[in-house]
Amino acid sequence: MVEEAKKWEIIRKSREERPKIQSWTSYWDLPPASLSFPIKGCAGHTGDWRTFKPVINQDECIKCYHCYMYCPEGTVLIDDESGIVSFDYDYCKGCGICAEMCPKKCIEMQREV
Amino acid sequence: MVEPKFFEGPQKGNLAAAYAAMDANVDVITAYPITPQTTVVEELSSLVGEEEFIARNQKTQFMRMESEHSVAAGLVGASYAGARVYSATAGQGLLYMTEMIHWMVGARLPVVLSIATRGLTGGGWNIWADYGDIMGLRDSGIMIQLLGTHQEIYDSILMGFNISEHPDVMLPLFPAYGGFVLSHTSKPVKRVPWEEAQKFVIPKRDEWEHVWIDSERPMMTGALIMPQSFYAEFRIKAHEAQLKAISVIKDTMAEFEKRFGRSYGNGLVEPYKADDADVLMIGYGTIAKQAEDAVDVLREQGYKAGALRVRTYRPFPTEDILKYIKKTQIVGVMDRAIAFGNPTAGPLSTDIMAACQRYDSTRNAKILPFIGGLGGRDVTYDDQIEQFKILFDLKEKGEAPKKPYKMWGTYWTGLITGSDKVPQGEEEYFGDI
Repeated sequence: MVEEAKKWEIIRKSREERPKIQSWTSYWDLPPASLSFPIKGCAGHTGDWRTFKPVINQDECIKCYHCYMYCPEGTVLIDDESGIVSFDYDYCKGCGICAEMCPKKCIEMQREV
Repeated sequence: MVEPKFFEGPQKGNLAAAYAAMDANVDVITAYPITPQTTVVEELSSLVGEEEFIARNQKTQFMRMESEHSVAAGLVGASYAGARVYSATAGQGLLYMTEMIHWMVGARLPVVLSIATRGLTGGGWNIWADYGDIMGLRDSGIMIQLLGTHQEIYDSILMGFNISEHPDVMLPLFPAYGGFVLSHTSKPVKRVPWEEAQKFVIPKRDEWEHVWIDSERPMMTGALIMPQSFYAEFRIKAHEAQLKAISVIKDTMAEFEKRFGRSYGNGLVEPYKADDADVLMIGYGTIAKQAEDAVDVLREQGYKAGALRVRTYRPFPTEDILKYIKKTQIVGVMDRAIAFGNPTAGPLSTDIMAACQRYDSTRNAKILPFIGGLGGRDVTYDDQIEQFKILFDLKEKGEAPKKPYKMWGTYWTGLITGSDKVPQGEEEYFGDI
């Protein structure tokens, strides 16, 4: 059982300080109402769901970042210095929206496995 | 220092409510009018621009909404951000809010929302005092207080924030008073001086402990909870908070009395000559307040009558009510609301009978349910004296007397029976179930 004062300390921490997985163990640990924190990959590696994976042709990419704007999962990564686009295949579910929205059609959806 | 436009004197119940909200320094008011609550938000819309409050740099946001559902949703939104919120509604408006009221309870948001109760509209249109609207929400998890005087409206809203925002409680509080009976009549009301009020009302917090809006600490609330996860536990937590509120309400009342010299019983129930009474009449709202007059008349005639007003209906003050039932054993319960299909047809009488079963000392108490005043019909204190006489009959003869207006074990005070009206069903009272 977590002490009354301690349990608030944990959930009120900043984004960096929070535990990676929040878990309450019993009625007595719970806060008064349901709340959850956005934690990366709390449902596991959702990239497993993918059938087609996006592959970008860097030669044709004009760095317009349409793919970044439209990705519903935030799995399009942009390099801070070079501005080059890549994908986070751990969490990309392969919906293909990036390929559809790309004005240069330089993202190709390739069948996996 | 700007002289307040109103400080002391005859005031309408609705306006007293509006002043109380302003004196509690609320941050956000969302508003939509409905009879008989309209003048609360009307007055608030002008008070937010009143010199008195502007001079004190009080910043209250007044938002006109497009419906009661939006009013309640607005309160939920503002309260999530940690704001002190207030609004008022009545009858059908309250029904329209219902979805968001359950949200307030589930998300544990401390909203204070006053209700000028009125009859519900269905077969016929009715806007007069009848607690059917608020009683419909008795199991939703909100705290309900049923008020008896104009001054009490003001005081209860001021105290309401201390109860509602108490860290142990964090539940919405709905102070309810009879529409028109209190809302549109004038009686002496005294405001608490603004500075004093600020010292009394619970200090504002930047954010609640369990919910906040902060981009550095993003959080999500109200997400899907699977059956095997903690949904049940969160529901039980709300019940636990209701029970914890009982002592918070008592403490707040004691603190209020210490500072301002006014009190309403212990905040939960207000007894009147109940300690040495032979029979006891329990009720709520203005009717129960009027029962005190009936008690006085009966005491002059040599009858030892007593009255008990249930001021806080949710959380249900079981111990405080049973304390008096234990002494008198012959008890009438007067409801000004009808709970269709309930064992006694009255919400309070059913609750009290259920509570009596918990202890040997009250299990054999004889409890007669009364219902009257529905849809704003007058219940005079002559009617109430007759109710007491029924209780004295029961005490002396050992059985509840027959009356043309007694049906299905309940006395329907004020029922229009006509001359040839005969009672229906078996004459039974439910006191000895």
